[in-house]
Amino acid sequence: MLVLIGVLLVVLGFALRLNPFVVVTVAGIVTGFLGHLSVTAILNAFGNGFASSRSVTLFVLVLPVIGLIERFGLQEQGRRLIARLSGLTTGRLLVIYQFIRQVSSALGLASINGPAALVRPLIYPMAEGAAERRFGRALPDPMREKVKAFSASADTVGQFFGEDIFVAIGSILLITGFVDTTYHLKLDALNVALWAIPTAICAYVIHGTRLYLLDHRLGRMAEAAGLTGRTDRAEAQEAGR
Amino acid sequence: MIKVEWFYWLCGAIFLAVAVLTVADRTNAKRYGSGAFWGLLGAAFIYSTFVVHKTAPAWVLGLAVIAMALLVATGRLGRGTTPGPTRAEQESGADRFGNRLFVPALTIPVVVIIFAIGLAKIHPGGEPLLEKSSETLIGLGVAAIVAVIIGFVMLRPKSPLAPLNEGRRLLEAIGWAAVLPQMLATLGQLFVAAGVGTQVGRITKNVLPDNSLIGGVIVYCVGMALFTIIMGNAFGAFPLMTAAIGYPVLVQHFHGNPAAVFAIGMLAGFCGTLCTPMAANFNIVPAALLEMKDKYGPIKAQIPTAIPLLACNIILMYVLAF
Repeated sequence: MLVLIGVLLVVLGFALRLNPFVVVTVAGIVTGFLGHLSVTAILNAFGNGFASSRSVTLFVLVLPVIGLIERFGLQEQGRRLIARLSGLTTGRLLVIYQFIRQVSSALGLASINGPAALVRPLIYPMAEGAAERRFGRALPDPMREKVKAFSASADTVGQFFGEDIFVAIGSILLITGFVDTTYHLKLDALNVALWAIPTAICAYVIHGTRLYLLDHRLGRMAEAAGLTGRTDRAEAQEAGR
Repeated sequence: MIKVEWFYWLCGAIFLAVAVLTVADRTNAKRYGSGAFWGLLGAAFIYSTFVVHKTAPAWVLGLAVIAMALLVATGRLGRGTTPGPTRAEQESGADRFGNRLFVPALTIPVVVIIFAIGLAKIHPGGEPLLEKSSETLIGLGVAAIVAVIIGFVMLRPKSPLAPLNEGRRLLEAIGWAAVLPQMLATLGQLFVAAGVGTQVGRITKNVLPDNSLIGGVIVYCVGMALFTIIMGNAFGAFPLMTAAIGYPVLVQHFHGNPAAVFAIGMLAGFCGTLCTPMAANFNIVPAALLEMKDKYGPIKAQIPTAIPLLACNIILMYVLAF
């Protein structure tokens, strides 16, 4: 039971809002000692864990180009583009994006790293631009944070509940690999993947509804912050610039 | 054959270049500590290749990782005051380039699709062109290179170092969160090595009600979600929960359809992934990338989806698998 202290440390550390990087390192060392691992074994675990998980950090490669085009006005252009598509509100845009992300993940494109390659440069500026068109450019911080949070969530939910429909994804291979070797079954990967479809539909309906309702929520937040909707003329000026 | 390790080296080289630029950045009050952090990270990326190939000891890398944690813990990691694009810069750029600004950004998904779907199937001379199971990652790496070339030629920034400096600006905003997912992967492995999983599995078994199908389904799904919240990913939870309940109770005793039980069980775990800061690459890094004030913002947006979705999974498994 003692080894569970590591888990407790993590929970406490996150709850107390200590630096997660430090919390995780300390919890790892403590768990290693409680599990009677030697110092070398713990250091080896840190080394091997780092080396074998580098793929999650590979998104860094796209940061130079994204930073560059942002400097030359990518986010501004995102706002202008969305200003011309007046039917596309923040919520509707994210509903569409989640659909694209979910379907493309189901076709095997889950690991494109949506947050770095798609959300930061394209989706978030347009989602924010749509909110600014409706409520003016001086959006209060809580509204910006809300748009950011839901832009990120549309990507994550879309990826999670799309990727399992693709046969050659890690989780499906883990299921068939583990079950076939441990219990001597012969599971067909395609069959397992097909059983992910009902949940995928539920995920799209549930999160899509919440994304759709985001527009109302932003409206309420704007009202509470004393922002009124913008006049049609201001909107037309913005769009026609 | 194009290998994914080449792109890890490129990534390492970017970290090393960021380290050099950081040390030279006088606007950063913590430039030496920060430079050491990024430098260690870059060196660790390159050294890792030899660890993966088992030609170098892993403990050296372990020491480097803990040194990085010490730099963070003692507050030595900071950022410079390189300003982001001003509104004037953005507007004049948008006036000049218009929708062409989207070209480099859209290059990335297009190139990834070409690699993941097209080039992945090509075997010149009987050998696959792209390293197996890393096709999308290789695509992402190539896409980044192609996009930066297109961006550079199109925009003609004044300094040839502009992409690197802009990349550094974003990377400094992300800070230590960039490496957190790798730390959590390590922690997961340590949890397994120390036997945390077996303990949690034992506890779950004890709460299992006798001879109740719906009870078994609920414990399996909720257990997958909770265990995933602790471990940070459903892959760690799946073998343990399946050995404790999924196979012996749901498949053997109640004759559930194994494909449906396991597929939906895994997705119940994914509901847990939506709720946990332990899944940093999905939940914390996006917050850092979007420069959010509340690093838990995405999780807060996802929990109200995760809970009804978990309930859906329980119902779907109960109805479809039995």
